[in-house]
Amino acid sequence: MGLRRDRAALALSFILPIGFFSIFAVIFGGRHDTMPKVSVLLVDEDQSHASRQLVQGLQREGSLSISLRPASDKKGAAPLPEYTAATAEAAVKAGDAPVALIIPRGFGQNPISFGRGNSTQAIQLLNDSSDAIAPQMVSGLLQKAAMTAMPETMAEQGMKYTGEYIGGLTPEQVKRMNANLDQMRQFESSRDSAAASPASDASDSGGLIAVHSRAVVGENKRNPMISFYAAAIGVMFLLFTASNSAGVLLDEVESGTLDRVLSSRVTMTTLLAGKLAYNTLLAFTQLTVMFLWAWAVFKLDFFPHIPGFLVMGLCTAFAVATFGMLLASICHTRAQLGALSTLLILTMSSIGGSMFPRFLMPAAMQKVGLFTINAWAIDGFTKVFWRDLPVRELWPQVSVLLAVGIVLFALARRIARRWEIA
Amino acid sequence: MNAQITPDISPQSSSILIESIALEADSLVKRFGQVTAVNGVSLELRAGECLGLLGPNGAGKSTLIRCIVGRVIPDAGRVAVFGFSASSSEARAALGWVPQELALYPRLTCRENLAAFGSYHGLSGSKLKESVAWCLDWAALTDRAGELAKNLSGGMKRRLNMAAGIIHRPRVVLMDEPTVGVDPQSRNRIFEMIEALRGEGAAIIYTTHYMEEAERLCDRVAIIDHGRIIASGASEELVRIAFASRSQVLARLAGPPGDIGAFVERHAGQLVDGVAEFTIEHSTQIAGLLDDTARAGLELVDITLRRPNLESVFLHLTGRELRD
Repeated sequence: MGLRRDRAALALSFILPIGFFSIFAVIFGGRHDTMPKVSVLLVDEDQSHASRQLVQGLQREGSLSISLRPASDKKGAAPLPEYTAATAEAAVKAGDAPVALIIPRGFGQNPISFGRGNSTQAIQLLNDSSDAIAPQMVSGLLQKAAMTAMPETMAEQGMKYTGEYIGGLTPEQVKRMNANLDQMRQFESSRDSAAASPASDASDSGGLIAVHSRAVVGENKRNPMISFYAAAIGVMFLLFTASNSAGVLLDEVESGTLDRVLSSRVTMTTLLAGKLAYNTLLAFTQLTVMFLWAWAVFKLDFFPHIPGFLVMGLCTAFAVATFGMLLASICHTRAQLGALSTLLILTMSSIGGSMFPRFLMPAAMQKVGLFTINAWAIDGFTKVFWRDLPVRELWPQVSVLLAVGIVLFALARRIARRWEIA
Repeated sequence: MNAQITPDISPQSSSILIESIALEADSLVKRFGQVTAVNGVSLELRAGECLGLLGPNGAGKSTLIRCIVGRVIPDAGRVAVFGFSASSSEARAALGWVPQELALYPRLTCRENLAAFGSYHGLSGSKLKESVAWCLDWAALTDRAGELAKNLSGGMKRRLNMAAGIIHRPRVVLMDEPTVGVDPQSRNRIFEMIEALRGEGAAIIYTTHYMEEAERLCDRVAIIDHGRIIASGASEELVRIAFASRSQVLARLAGPPGDIGAFVERHAGQLVDGVAEFTIEHSTQIAGLLDDTARAGLELVDITLRRPNLESVFLHLTGRELRD
């Protein structure tokens, strides 16, 4: 009966499962063309015919997003210089992309290894080990691109190895082979001028191109994903704790305690500020306990990162505390708060990366995720614990979380006016 | 009927009068949509005085109290506490409010509750400790100081609720039906607390719909109905003005309802819950009533002679009982 009378709570209890189902349907059941592309930074040091063909082949891959140079900050600005091996590695370390491919000088002279790869000419695959899927995917697609994008090189190299291992072809065979190679080159030229299209369905031959993989982020981490999940799960439960803790305000309204408090010298602003301070401290303590647990049980490298943890922990705690207070000020009953907070927190957590990494989501969903506290908090903690970046590099996350907190608190204060006087 | 009985304020020089006025409400009006909960109420409370606000449920007592304490903004009128506006920090410090609801933190102990409300009023350190100890003693809760509020009995919760309202030792205390739902023993204990508070010199406004409470505790009584004060003064004075030396006769009659109605009308009485009530100047008039009962063919089941009280005044003024 209570739920029937509380129509908002009743409505939310039906909206909650539908809304949540829809989010997962969008993430996991979306159309194929909305599936995530893996960002790859590509450096062609060789600039040979073969390496350019390989670059073009990789660019044609529908599931890869190839960047040869950083995107300009402003529209119409002059393009930035192309990535070098050093800048591409720095970009992977900074989290701009999970993978960088570096085609070294001399690659075009001997692009196919046939199992005896020359390490100086092997393509360098630099990856961020927090994303276990991207390097595997890029590595496979690299082999595929080599097979489909450089057919004449493959054939040419095949002839070379044939001559090397079985004593060569007859002049007539060489003549025919060269004629075929010319046809293939013409075909490649015409294909290059056409619009890019997904590569053919040629099977992945794996291993023809020598690839040397190297994790440039997290290579020394004892337990790679612990810091990610400590932050991801921590933020989600922080949000629940904060909304529940802020719900005390509704209890005070119901019991008349709030009226009594406001009849004293305490004003609504002072009261809310006091609750904000308490809830922030509570959330920060919860986060600290969680990370200490991760350190004690899962060997998280906690103590060297304390400055970054303090900054991110306090900013995150502040933002989630204001979020809880806003929800409590919007709702009229605990039941409404319970339903609304569950809906919003699960939604934020799913699209903000608390349940699974955002880099696995479609590009559009990754952008939507930036509207959540979870995404910014997780990004900040990842910078601290995963990328070992200095505290000053946290400024985007800190700025956003503080700004979000200030705006949410101002809104909560505005809405709480309804309790001040009748 | 709308009799206005002038408050019994003794003539004094204006400066002394201003000093002695602890609280003054002037022409307060509060509307909630179409309902006028408080309709032009004016009242004065002198320092050390206990004023009873007597009225049935829904008469506007609580809204008036909430207007005074600043929790409801009146549509018209003003409130001054020792000359300060009700919203001023001076007024807030001088006012103590005991709401009708048990406005406590159930998961805090008695001591913690008092300390919390004390700190909201700006108390701290040894001053807060002393005040908490005084309040626990005043409410006879010293031995339950460490008990969670939710585990207390109903009467104890009421006492703690009162103590939380006076933790900052206010000079004016507004008590909104503090005895609602308590047993007679706890009620007596609460009366003793209020009397002790008066002994400390606090001015009190005490709302109730129990006539006996108003008569026992209050120097003056203001009768409120439909948001208006319809009479105010010392309870004996209200009775004297309304009834002079008259008494009331309460008679339970048996017979045809039409005959009973005609009989009551003939003697200018009224039927309240099946009991015929008559006002008589002299006790000798009872004999006449008895004779006429027999002549009207009615059977007299029982008869009571009663001196009028505040309940009678309320009935006399409104035609309704206090607990309607």
